[in-house]
Amino acid sequence: MNMEQVTDEAGLAALIASREAPLRIVGGGTRGMVAGNAEPLSVAGLTGVTLYEPGAMTLVVRAGTALAEVERVLDAEGQRLAFEPADWRGLLGTSGAPTIGGVVAGNISGPRRVAVGACRDFLLGVRFVDGRGRVIKNGGRVMKNVTGYDLVKLMAGSWGTLGVLTEVSFKVLAKPATEATLIRRGVTAAEGVAALTVGLGTPYDVTGAAWSGGAALLRIEGMAGSVTYRRDALARLLGAGWDAAEGADSAALWRDVRDVTPFAGRAGVVWRVSVKPTDGPRVLAALGDPEAVLDWGGGLCWLLMPEGADVRAALAPFGGHATRIRGHDPAPVFQPEPAPVAALSARLRAEFDPKGLFNPGLMT
Amino acid sequence: MQMPEPNPAILARKAEIVAALRAVLPGDAVIDAVSETRAYECDALAAYRCAPLAVVLPSSTEEVAAALRVCHAMGVPVVPRGSGTSLAGGAMPSADAVVLGVARMAEVLEVDYANRLIRVQAGRTNLSVTGAVESDGFFYAPDPSSQLACAIAGNVAMNSGGAHCLKYGVTTNNLLGVRMVLMDGTIVDLGGGHLDAGGLDLLGVVCGSEGQLGVVTEATLRILPKPEGARPVLMGFDRSEVAGECVSAIIKAGILPVAIEFMDRPCIRATEAFAKAGYPDCEALLIVEVEGSETEIAEQLAVIMAIARAHNPVELREAADEGQAKRIWLGRKSAFGAMGQINDYMCLDGTIPVSQLSYVLKRIGEMSRAVGLDVGNVFHAGDGNMHPLILYNANTPGDLERCEALGADILKLCVEVGGCLTGEHGVGIEKRDLMGVQFAPDDLDIQMAVKDVFDPAWLLNPAKVFPLASSAARRAA
Repeated sequence: MNMEQVTDEAGLAALIASREAPLRIVGGGTRGMVAGNAEPLSVAGLTGVTLYEPGAMTLVVRAGTALAEVERVLDAEGQRLAFEPADWRGLLGTSGAPTIGGVVAGNISGPRRVAVGACRDFLLGVRFVDGRGRVIKNGGRVMKNVTGYDLVKLMAGSWGTLGVLTEVSFKVLAKPATEATLIRRGVTAAEGVAALTVGLGTPYDVTGAAWSGGAALLRIEGMAGSVTYRRDALARLLGAGWDAAEGADSAALWRDVRDVTPFAGRAGVVWRVSVKPTDGPRVLAALGDPEAVLDWGGGLCWLLMPEGADVRAALAPFGGHATRIRGHDPAPVFQPEPAPVAALSARLRAEFDPKGLFNPGLMT
Repeated sequence: MQMPEPNPAILARKAEIVAALRAVLPGDAVIDAVSETRAYECDALAAYRCAPLAVVLPSSTEEVAAALRVCHAMGVPVVPRGSGTSLAGGAMPSADAVVLGVARMAEVLEVDYANRLIRVQAGRTNLSVTGAVESDGFFYAPDPSSQLACAIAGNVAMNSGGAHCLKYGVTTNNLLGVRMVLMDGTIVDLGGGHLDAGGLDLLGVVCGSEGQLGVVTEATLRILPKPEGARPVLMGFDRSEVAGECVSAIIKAGILPVAIEFMDRPCIRATEAFAKAGYPDCEALLIVEVEGSETEIAEQLAVIMAIARAHNPVELREAADEGQAKRIWLGRKSAFGAMGQINDYMCLDGTIPVSQLSYVLKRIGEMSRAVGLDVGNVFHAGDGNMHPLILYNANTPGDLERCEALGADILKLCVEVGGCLTGEHGVGIEKRDLMGVQFAPDDLDIQMAVKDVFDPAWLLNPAKVFPLASSAARRAA
């Protein structure tokens, strides 16, 4: 199949203005999330850092730039994307280089989301081409901005269905000096989440709270003295039976949670369920305790399920939503919305993309 | 400042409209006497006033829906109102509009410490959200300076910030869900106790939409465990660019203070005369506050003090105890009151990239001298959200107009250097006609298309946010 390629915003706008047939927007092509067989449009040619001011914690970058490149640029100044974007290549068996635009399109956020916020919370501004071929900007490069409607949040997590991102700007944060993780092995999901809840309810700034491989994990990051103090204070509160991992050992644990490494290369359908944190273990129980990784204090449930399992029926009493990240199944990929909300979403799509060009059918 | 002419057909039907509202709401929830509607003629942008057609004060989401259905059916504009503390005219009525106030809806509906959330009715005040959970060691982070009075409804509408958002973010980063009534009376729930959207992030676009997309009646808010302690340091510098460099150096060192506040000489002098906080008489003053346990505070302050010393401060003072901490904050917290003692003032709210701080301060000084109106600067330096205070005399003919013109020029400067018109107050009517400075016509058109989706007849708070000329066709349709 042909792949449309663009290397600048104006060329992209012209292509879309005259385009009548649907397009599948591709950054690095590592996140799955494909509906239908529309012709792919690669935006991986829109690359480069437009502006980076470490002293203002601000990064502006073109959407096709590789995530690895963004991380390299930030790392050189001792900074990072605080929302900890995941790499799904292992989980999905995809290859290629994840792009920063793909991270924004999927609002891809890792374990630190529970403490500091998601991709959408660090996204300061966007430029995108809408379905009429107009270049639109919203937000900007400053941290506090309430000028006009916040389409930045709307674009984050819209999976390319509202427009094609060309440039994104972020608030970035300093990398902490060190980190430590408290680990309690051999606990059930319910026991694990109970302990995570205790940790998240303390003033010790827990920046990761997960249950994986039967172990509860609580992460502390910061300056060395502060990490030691908080790790010890938290350990005293949690009681006996907890081990600690430090530095690189701690970081490796969280990479596995972030990327859902336990499911890589395994057969089955992968579901991503988002609920109130304390409902995480209840959802697992309602589904007969499938293999699972719980993040965000229990609120983000990664499930490895057989084909055809009715995850959404089990989820119904708890609210929240389920998205199928990998595998075939008759159920829709995204959670069907209540009628009035679905109507608003459909009308927004019709306004942003009147010709129905962008990833049609993906989110509906 | 212009408002559209009120629709004479609506004014003529006042009795009929009021009767229809009375038919669906309790008797005391509908106000139409001219002597009483005047209490709703303005918000905190008090230079502009207009009494509404009527006021409704519903007590439940269902009553809000009933009132909106009536107004929708009769084509009557509705202006939602929280506590009326908007500095941008967000709650200012028009003569043909019904004000819908949510002040009677102030209950706490649910407190869930295990999931670190609270669900409240939207009329509840910001500070009383923290009040409901602080005895258990939690707090609600966004802290606009009007927090004693302002309602969560208004905070959501304006995406309010505060002094501590450098670390904790603004309203949108602490809002998990809303129950909202659309103009046609449809009730929708967006978000909830979970941490992300399952489809399009409609909650994200509702927050900060200035009451133009729906009436928020309930909000689910993130609450956080209170830090163990906090301590400020005060630094004085003889040049504002050095203060700006010091802010950058602190951030680059990897410290994220909970607040970095800046005051310039006119502001320092005014607050010293008023509050006698013992501030040094210098060109620029920073208050930097860090949080944590005693160990953590000491560790962070050691780094911050070393950076400050390297910038040759004329004064460097660490609070040794609670009393000294209070004195350091005293001047900053009295700054607006102190400036108000000197004269009337207009408070701007533009944000700039932190790197442009000294250039913008220099330009504001030049512009202020050229116009002959004094400007004091007090603001959140860590995030670049400036609050220039322009002093003027409301009794001097022409002074308000000169002040507004200077304000507009300062905001244009903020946009020019890469910033924006408003960091936390909102656009309202105040900055509506400057939107074209920051946005191209297409940028505004797609925002207005979002309003078309939620409120096709443009009845909710219609003459706000967008330049009147840009929205005219939609409002008339």
